[in-house]
Amino acid sequence: MIYADNAATTKIDQEVLDSMLNYLKGDYGNSSSPHLFGRKAKEALLKARETIAKIINCAPNEIFFTSGGSESITQAILSAASWGENHNKKHIISSSIEHPAVLNTLLSLEENGFKIDLVKPNNRGIVDYKKIESLINNDTALVSIMYANNEIGTIQPIQEIGCICRKKGVLFHSDCVQAISHLDIDVNRDNLDMISFSAHKFHGPKGIGILYCKKTFALTPLIYGGAQERGKRGGTENIASIVAMAKALEIQSNNLIENELKIKRIRDFLENKLLTIEDSHINGDRQSRLSSIINIRFDKVEAETLLLLLDKKNIYVSTGSACSSGSIEPSHVLMNLDLSKEEANCSIRISLSKYNSDEEVATIFSEIKEIVNYIRSFN
Amino acid sequence: MSRMMIAMSGGVDSSVAALLMSEKGYQCSGATMKLYEDESSSCSINTKSCCALSDIEDARSVCATLGIDYHVFNFKDKFQEQVIERFVDSYENGLTPNPCIDCNRYLKFEHLYKKARILGFDKVVTGHYAIIEEIDGIFYLKKGIDPTKDQSYFLYDLNQEQLAHISFPLGSLNKSEVREIAEKHNFINAKKNDSQDICFVSNKKYSQFIEEYRNKMYPKGNFVDMDGNILGQHKGIINYTIGQRRGLGVSYSEPLYVHKVDAKKNEIVLCKKSELIKKEFDVKNVTYTYLETPPSEMKITVKTRYRQVEQNATLFSTSKDTVHIVLEEGQDAIAPGQAAVFYDGDIVVGGGQII
Repeated sequence: MIYADNAATTKIDQEVLDSMLNYLKGDYGNSSSPHLFGRKAKEALLKARETIAKIINCAPNEIFFTSGGSESITQAILSAASWGENHNKKHIISSSIEHPAVLNTLLSLEENGFKIDLVKPNNRGIVDYKKIESLINNDTALVSIMYANNEIGTIQPIQEIGCICRKKGVLFHSDCVQAISHLDIDVNRDNLDMISFSAHKFHGPKGIGILYCKKTFALTPLIYGGAQERGKRGGTENIASIVAMAKALEIQSNNLIENELKIKRIRDFLENKLLTIEDSHINGDRQSRLSSIINIRFDKVEAETLLLLLDKKNIYVSTGSACSSGSIEPSHVLMNLDLSKEEANCSIRISLSKYNSDEEVATIFSEIKEIVNYIRSFN
Repeated sequence: MSRMMIAMSGGVDSSVAALLMSEKGYQCSGATMKLYEDESSSCSINTKSCCALSDIEDARSVCATLGIDYHVFNFKDKFQEQVIERFVDSYENGLTPNPCIDCNRYLKFEHLYKKARILGFDKVVTGHYAIIEEIDGIFYLKKGIDPTKDQSYFLYDLNQEQLAHISFPLGSLNKSEVREIAEKHNFINAKKNDSQDICFVSNKKYSQFIEEYRNKMYPKGNFVDMDGNILGQHKGIINYTIGQRRGLGVSYSEPLYVHKVDAKKNEIVLCKKSELIKKEFDVKNVTYTYLETPPSEMKITVKTRYRQVEQNATLFSTSKDTVHIVLEEGQDAIAPGQAAVFYDGDIVVGGGQII
């Protein structure tokens, strides 16, 4: 089996799993309990928070544990909206290539009277920060721009946007779900007020994520519950997953450069090979891009068919965005790069991780080449 | 071992088809075509809603029960272009369309069929009540044995190449037996009602669907008699089909029927029942299931709509793909746009579109 869909989710590290199991099997206490068992859990929670805070360069009490990226994003946006409502600022700026977690939350706000501006990126998938600057006005409550795109991997000018937002006194949130696995994110350097990410994209478990929120801004809870997470996110803490997330992020951070060099090397090798196949094109900017992602289209080759034939060879890649039925819809990201529906439907995403090898990418190339030729023979 | 792609709608028939093929030892995969937007579910950003989600969940559940693979294919664009557009266009031109035949022809047995072949499947399997029988290397399409369910009418344009790569496992069963099998296997959809109407119209009048789809209203016009005398006003031609009696709102000494929908003049021609009857008509785009060349003349039975007993007739070829049909006895409401399907006993000879 060759797993090349790491932008969807990743394999959990053994060390991470071990750290997790300890808090499921052994020290399973509730961190709110005053006894020793509870205190052990509380200590683990504290350590995890400190580890993560150090890596993204914030204070531990600026970290809020959530169930994952979508929850963090929703809370970040709704908190900003609720602040905006109280301060008569009902305008939010975002981009048209955000994840549905962002777009659908904004859609719900739009239905409630907010004005939403979605900046369209250029045809390489990069958002122009000057466009954002020109849209900011006295009513603007929030700018939310993803750090890196999940389908084409393009990295957005976050530092510039952060700088503009700070200057204009506008809140800035960034969906860092994809970026956190491959980039060094520093909330101070990047002028970020809020960021969201989840553990399962960097070899941690599913169902756990964080929302970083700067001290000077008060979040609105989505889940009230008890006093956990300083009253901003109720519910008994998922200690095992929190510990595992901290472990995964620590491993990731300690090996970042080494892993990135490797992933980029095999990605570039694979990409160059794939481009030797006739009528193939890379979607999105090739420079300002995560090291792990290839979004490529083969003219006249339906991605749906290509994916299934690769699946039969036990090679797992991705295409478009699956809706709840499991059928593939043309990707809104690719459509925003001015690709036609047909071009979008002929595009696949290959996303690599530290676990992929030179041999694997060589196999991916030869299988894709064969299948593309085979499918084209039916045209 | 042969690989079978089972086209699954989420209904009981195609589910039992999947079961029967699995039990025969074939390597099966289920596939559902996502064809149109369903208002009851929503999922994506750009489209308000998508697909008949509950049907898809039913098909997925049956496949999980059978332990077979399952996929959903997005055919929305093709369905819109080749089925819905044709349907609306027919009404706008005063014809009576049959979207189920178009869906079989273009979606199931063209796009899905092609996809199945590319993906390495040997055959496409559907839950149609019809039989394919091979005799001396020729594939014959025959009526299903359950006279109340026989669906051979909808399949008349299958050719030899297709018939060789299609299987209809339900053709030799009665509907009641199919339900029993589904219940015995505790299929989630065992008690689900049969689909009755045109799937994408869902609980609307056709005219309402067409108006919403085109986002326009159709102008009122005149009801006229066979001599062109004005009898009243109609509500837009898309509200009427040949043979219709109800809802005309014209008072006359005897019941009146729609004789003709004249799209050009925006007129609906009405007639008495006796005047609806025709003995002869022409058919275009004719295809034959097993004959290599069109017969110059042939005794057949013919159906001019789905729910109809076949009528004795003689077929005369007028060109490679047109025929003239002479019925033994007159037949009412022969509607341009509908399919005329030719039978030789239980065997489907071919068919085409009534002009």
